[in-house]
Order: sequence, then structure tokens, then C-alpha cells
Amino acid sequence: MLGKLKPVEPTYDAGFGVYVHWPFCQAKCPYCDFNSHVRHVKVNQQLYIDAFQREMKHMAELAPNRVVNTIFLGGGTPSLMDPATVAAVLDGIAGNWQVAPDVEVTLEANPTSVEAERFKGYRLAGVNRISMGIQALNNTDLKALGRTHSVDEAMQAVATAASIFDRYSFDLIYARPNQTVESWSAELHMAIERAAEHLSLYQLTIEDETPFKKLYTAGKLILPDEETSRQLYDITQEICEKHNLPSYEISNYARKGSECRHNMVYWRYGEYAGVGPGAHGRLVTQKGRAAFAIEKNPEKWLEYVAQDGHGIVEEEQLSLEAQGDEFLLMGLRLVEGIDPKRFTALSGRRLDDERITDLVNERLVEITSEGRIRVTLTGFPVLDAVVADLAA
Amino acid sequence: MTTIPIENIRNFSIVAHIDHGKSTLADRLIQLTGGLSAREMTEQVLDSMDIEKERGITIKAQTVRLNYKAHDGKTYILNLMDTPGHVDFAYEVSRSLAACEGSLLVVDASQGVEAQTLANVYHALDASHEIVTVLNKVDLPAAEPERVKQQIEDVIGLDASEAVPISAKTGLNIEAVLEAIVTRLPSPKGDVSAPLKALLVDSWYDAYLGVIVLVRIIDGQIKKGMKVKMMGTDATYEVERCGVFTPKMVNMDVLTPGEVGFITASIKEVADTRVGDTITEDKKPCAQMLAGFKPVQPVVFCGLFPVDAADFEDLRAAMGRLRLNDASFSFEMESSAALGFGFRCGFLGLLHLEIVQERLSREFDLNLIATAPSVVYDIKMRNGDLVHLHNPADMPDPMHIEEINEPWIRATILTPDEYLGSVIKLCQDRRGEQIDLSYVGSRAKVIYDLPLNEVVFDFYDRLKSVSKGYASFDYVIREYRPGDLVKLSMLVNAEPVDALSMLVHRTRAESRGRTMCEKLKDLIPPHMFVIPVQAAIGGKIIARETVRAMRKDVTAKCYGGDVSRKRKLLDKQKEGKKRMRQFGKVEIPQEAFIAALKMDN
Repeated sequence: MLGKLKPVEPTYDAGFGVYVHWPFCQAKCPYCDFNSHVRHVKVNQQLYIDAFQREMKHMAELAPNRVVNTIFLGGGTPSLMDPATVAAVLDGIAGNWQVAPDVEVTLEANPTSVEAERFKGYRLAGVNRISMGIQALNNTDLKALGRTHSVDEAMQAVATAASIFDRYSFDLIYARPNQTVESWSAELHMAIERAAEHLSLYQLTIEDETPFKKLYTAGKLILPDEETSRQLYDITQEICEKHNLPSYEISNYARKGSECRHNMVYWRYGEYAGVGPGAHGRLVTQKGRAAFAIEKNPEKWLEYVAQDGHGIVEEEQLSLEAQGDEFLLMGLRLVEGIDPKRFTALSGRRLDDERITDLVNERLVEITSEGRIRVTLTGFPVLDAVVADLAA
Repeated sequence: MTTIPIENIRNFSIVAHIDHGKSTLADRLIQLTGGLSAREMTEQVLDSMDIEKERGITIKAQTVRLNYKAHDGKTYILNLMDTPGHVDFAYEVSRSLAACEGSLLVVDASQGVEAQTLANVYHALDASHEIVTVLNKVDLPAAEPERVKQQIEDVIGLDASEAVPISAKTGLNIEAVLEAIVTRLPSPKGDVSAPLKALLVDSWYDAYLGVIVLVRIIDGQIKKGMKVKMMGTDATYEVERCGVFTPKMVNMDVLTPGEVGFITASIKEVADTRVGDTITEDKKPCAQMLAGFKPVQPVVFCGLFPVDAADFEDLRAAMGRLRLNDASFSFEMESSAALGFGFRCGFLGLLHLEIVQERLSREFDLNLIATAPSVVYDIKMRNGDLVHLHNPADMPDPMHIEEINEPWIRATILTPDEYLGSVIKLCQDRRGEQIDLSYVGSRAKVIYDLPLNEVVFDFYDRLKSVSKGYASFDYVIREYRPGDLVKLSMLVNAEPVDALSMLVHRTRAESRGRTMCEKLKDLIPPHMFVIPVQAAIGGKIIARETVRAMRKDVTAKCYGGDVSRKRKLLDKQKEGKKRMRQFGKVEIPQEAFIAALKMDN
């Protein structure tokens, strides 16, 4: 390894991941503000394969000699990719970096029957983990959320996934309009019966520039109040814990050892290359840690990559303060918490002992026997305030 | 300009309620006597002076020297003294009036006598002025000159039979006003051969000339090069120039008895010149100072703090600049646990406070938090010491207090009959004592003695609100009286917030404490923990509310590896925290202080 390419920060072994964004969906869901586009003509996947490969090459030049621990194909709807496309993307990664023998390769999928038919192909292409966006287990709510599958179809897809993959997970959205603690508990129990090792359970958030935002602003979409939302959160912790799927992050639950390694790279503030329209990356180059953002519009992105070999539209050298903030924002989401020494190494300052003491006294934060700082179960529901307190 | 015999000088001021036409009449007088050319008269002269005032001499007297050829064929010098009309500047007004022998009482012929008119006319009568009554706006359809004349006779007790009906706006009958000034007002008296004795009427700061001093010569004469002495401060200065305002500044060789004019003498600060002081010749001083000289006494105090702590030095500089020109405004550094570093400021009254605050924010672009206004309490300690308390936060331990005295005012309120009940109720609620109630036509005149500390909060706003804006109000400071006053402290999360503490009457402490708690409960945003908000007298809690803890505040999902978006939100949160005041573990937004101190219940 060339001396000058040596990273200037201790990585603390947070790993290296590659994120690939497939920016197309068959329909847009009204709550979603991710980078997804609906095209009414068939997408020429070969164009995207070529562009992905060129952009990866560029990323590998920025961050060479890494060993890829995890790969995540997210979207959009990556399960709209042909298995051959997925295979080509994975080949591209292997051509640019060394890949760890136990690499985790996750693909996000919609649980429709059409897509489930491709699961086998994905397995053959190298995917070893499937994450399905089921979102609700009752048909009325599925419809309200703009999902195109039914509960039966989703359960069928879960069964298919279970027969093909050792590891699979699915997402549910809760704290939906009119949801009660009782109805959600019932739904969650049903989900846990079908879950294997991992569940992502997100509270519905109203994002800007979504149809839900308009409805919400107009008063036509009423969310559970703060108190109900807190009760929903608490009951979720309790039920998952009881069923041996403890939370390891704000919204993620897994059996011990079955955590999503890719997301762990983000949360542990590791390094990741983002490839494809709208992807984000954090790479440590000679100049230090930098944030990268890729052009969101798929066609423009193709153009940029053809022109420059990459679609990077934002590159920000992160200041010490920004790195410290990002580290707290991500790390404190984890039940394992953060190592304050790494915070100091990244930000060049120490966390304020007095604030920590106050937070510990309020039982919002605790210090583990290894000296890690972690947010408690009482602290998690108000995590944003805890982070702001520590970061300020 | 040639010297004019003293018999041909008339010095007068104009007494009027705001909007009754004082400025317009002054303009007409200047125009008719040719003080300014037609071109120069394109705008209201006093209005243009107002702009001048806003730039530095807001609360200053102005004077204009007019030459008028009267019907008797002689030329007269008329000195119009424009005085600030507000009660906050009562002392300054009294000095301006002392420089004149007569006043024009201008009353709007449709609106009649107002509380402010009354107060000012009494000041003029106190100064032994002859009064010429002028009924303005007689051209308006709503004008009722006969009714208003009757009112003037009933309420003020002045003979209004010779009142001059005019319209300052159209210029109707203005000459009759000039004639009345010449024929009905007395000329000044003075001895030109006696040692110099001049009244320091006012002063202001000019960037080019230094301090300009407005003077009225009583005896002797003042000239360029003369070494003069301020008898109140014992300081001596050499006169650099003297002259008059026409209203332009015109240099003269000499000012003689009866004349009103200016001097400059390399005086650096307005604070070096005391309004009401006597100016004499250093070598040949007069035997006695003029009566009525008083040092300035601030009566209302409040703390002013920069919203952004980084602006502290700017605030200090701005206050220094204001003080250059306004010696009646005082400030000293204060530090508050809640608000950081700022200044405790003294003002002549509530209007003065507002003017200074307004100027600091407008002219110096400073964002300020003002604490609740408070008055000066005289505290008699058990050990015999006397403490003047300007800041409730400095209240001594009640164990050592023998007696607290608070300032009382005598308020004159004029209100339409239909609001009388509400006005009386307001005064009673504020511990008022009714002194008199009489009727002036359909309007009631109520005189109340009130503790000033009940007035400084929001009395004026409440009065306007209960009378739909129709009641008018004026007051004079009367005396100090003992009062059963206690210090009400506000505790947030068990820590006292000094900026919110106040002295209140024991009987009103509980309701005020409860109101404050209720307000703070809504103003303090939920934190990660429960925050008790308490009102206390000494160690005794008299009211309590709770700010509930935040129950949920967490971002459910982070999009892919897009931490930047979350970081931007965090930056906003951090920025927001800077606008908060850290209080123990509690962060209180600036707005909460401002809102809590507004006592609009």
C-alpha cells in the first residue's frame, strides 16, 4: 500500500461498504421521498450496468485497496433489476476492490409475486440477503400507503425468500393514521411469526415534498399524537425483546449476530462508496474524510458518467465539527453506542462531561463498563434531543 | 441683526395635545414672519426638525426667532420655544417654560381638552405664564368652538372669551395669533448692565460644533470669547460662538437680556451641561443661581441585554453614543445568570424608555431583551441604612428590612362616560386611591393616586384597551409611601431566574405568580425531563406549573448513507440553541422572556 494513500483517521474497524442505487419504481409511494423515478418506457438496463461499472472504477480510484465487507442494492426498487444486471454490478465491484469471503450482499425487494420469481436468480447472481418492503399487514393500510401488493402476496414472497435465502428481513411502517397500540401489537405479533432473524420497524414520518405532506398540511392525514407514538414505540421494543429480536438500532431489530452489516457500516461511521443516481458516500482520502453525493436524475447521471466517468455533484471535505456531528448522529442510534475516544479522534474535541453527567442522571444515557456511551431505552424515543444536546 | 429693545421681545411656547396642530401652527408662524423662504418652507419645518430630533435630539427643546412687524408699526422679536410635550420630560419642559413669559394654548376645536393639554397648561401656569388660547381646526365640520371654549373655562379655569379661532392647515387667522402674542403676552425683564445670568435651557451634541447649548439671557450679556462658568458644575468654558436660530443657525456678536439663543464652547459631552443650570461670567459672577435647578433623576429602570451575547460590546458603544446626547439616560453594567452581560438602565419615564430602546434597535441595529421595568424603591434597613433599589434582583434579605417605600404618582385620566366604570376598576385593581371625579361635558375627569410600580407594567396599554383608545392619561410623580412589597421570584427547574423576579404588593403576589407560571409553562419548550416552574416569595412557593417532558423526538429512518441531511438539521438545532438562554439544564428561548415580561392578562 502506498504510504500517501494511508487513511488519516483511525477507522476503528467500522468496515467498508458499497451502496448501489437503482432509481426506478413502478409507482411512487405517497410517503416516500427517496430518489425514485417512474419511467413509462422499458429501462435499458445495459446502459446502467456500463455506467455503474465506470462510476465504481472512479470510486475505487478515490478509495483504493479497500476490502468490501458489505454490498447493498437499494432504491427505488432494485427488485426491478434483471438478475443478470445484479450479477454484472457485483462483478463490477469485485473487479475494482477485493471482496471479503464472508461479504454480505443485500438486495431490497418489493414483495410482489412477479418480483419473488426473480429471487432465485438474485441468489445465483451472488445476493445472500433479501430485505422486503412489506410496510403493513392489513390490506386497507397497504392501499393507503400506496403499496401494490396484498398481505397474502407479501406472505407468499416471505415464504419464497425463506426457501432461497439464509438471511432475510422485512420492513414495516407503524404509527400510521388511526393505529392503536392494540392493533399494532397484533400486527407486530403476526410479523414476528414470519420473521427469521431481522426486522426493520419504522415510525411513519411525513417528509417534505411528498403527497402525504400535502395531506398532512391540509389536515387530511392525522398521525397519532406524541403520547400514542411513544406508546407505540415502547410496545414495539417490548414485543421484539420478548421474541428474541432485540433492537440494535432505533428502528432495527435482530437476533444477536444477525444485524444488517451494511447499515452497521453507516452507523459505526465507517467508509462507504455510493454508486448510482442519488447515492451518498463517505470516503477517507488523503485530504481526510469527504462526503459525496451523486446526481439524482437517472438520465442526467448517465450523461455525467459518460462525460466524466462519475456522477458526483457534491463533494464536501468534512470539517472536524461535521465529522463529530455525523459520528454522533449515526453512532448514538445504535444500542452499542459510541466510543468517546473515537469521537475525540474525529472531532478534535472531548464530549462535555457535564452534559453527559446530566444525561446519565436523567437516565437517558449510560456509560458501559468498556467506557462506551450509549443511549438507554428511555433515551431512544428522544434521541434527536439527546444528540443535539451532546453536539451543541 | 441689530439689537432690539427688550420691550419688543416676546418669548413664548406652545402647549398642545399631540395631533392638535402644534407643528402646523409653528410652521405657519415661521412662514408668515419670513423666517424661511417659500422654497425652504416646502416641508413642515418642525417635521424636518423631528427627523433631526430622531438623529440625536429627540427629547430636546427647539427655538425659532421670528421677526414680526406688528400693526402698531414696530418690529418685534418673537422667540418660539418648542418644548417636548411628554410628562417624562416634565423637568426639561419646566426649564423651557421658565425661559418664556407666555404660552399659546392650542386646543383642537372638535376634540377639546385632553389630559396632556391639562398637564402642560398647568406647567405653564406654574411658570406664571400669560396664556393665549387658540382654537385650531375651526374649519372642520365637526368643530364646536363654543363648546370647547366652555370646556376650557370649566376644566382649566381660563378665560376663553378671547380665544383666537384659526385653521393652521389653511392659514386662516394666523396673523391674529401674532398680534395676540405681541399685545397680550408680556415682554421679558432684565438688566443689561448687571453681571451675566443666563438659564441653560437645553443642550445637544453636534458632530461638528460639539455641544450646542440653548440659553435664555436673564441679565447681562454673553459674547464670543467670554469665559463663562456653569454655576451648578463649577466648570468654565470660553464661548466660541453665540447666535440665534431663525430656524437656521445665525451667529451674533452678543446676546442680551430677554434673548434666546445658543452658545458653543468646546464642551465635549452633553452630560457636562445640566438643564436648568445658571451660566454666568467667570470673572464677574452673578450673586445667585436661578431657582429650580435639579439634577436628573431616573425614575424607571430596566435591564437591557443583547440577544446575541457577542453584541455586548456593540451595545456598550451604542449606549455611550446615546448618552453623549441624552444625559438623562443612565446605564451601568449588569450581569444576569439568565441573560448574560447587559446593562441596568435608568429612564425619566416609560416613554423615555421606549425611545431609547427603539433608538438602540433602529439606529444601532441591536437586538435586545428588556427585563420588566421597575421603579426605584427606598428601603429602610433595620440597621438604619437607606438603600435605593433599582433592580429587584438586588433586594436585600427581608429579615433586615424595616420598611420599603415606593413612588406614587397622581394620574389625571379623561375618559368618555361609558368607559368610566372600567377605568375606575382598572385603577382600583392597581391599588389606586381616588382623589377626585368630575365631569367635563360628557367626559369624566378622574384623578387617582397610584403606585408607579403598578403603572410601569402595562397600565397604559390596559387603559387604552378598556376605553377603546378614548381615555387620555397623564401623571406627575408625587411622593414615596411605605408599601407591603415582596420580592416575587420565578424558579425554573428549582433555580431562580433573576431576570424574571419583581417586586409586587403582597396582595397581588399570588395572582401575578400564578400568571407568570402559566405563561412560562407554555413558553418553555418541552425538554428531555420534567421542568417545574414555580413562583416564590422568599422560600415559600406560592404557585407551580409543570412543563411536561418531551415524549418523542427521534428520526425513524436515515436514508441510505445520507448523513448530510441529518447533519443540516442538527446544525439548525444547534443554531436554535444559540438563541436560547441556558438556565441550569433548561434552555429558555429569548421570545419566552419577552413574552413572559409582557403582563397582558
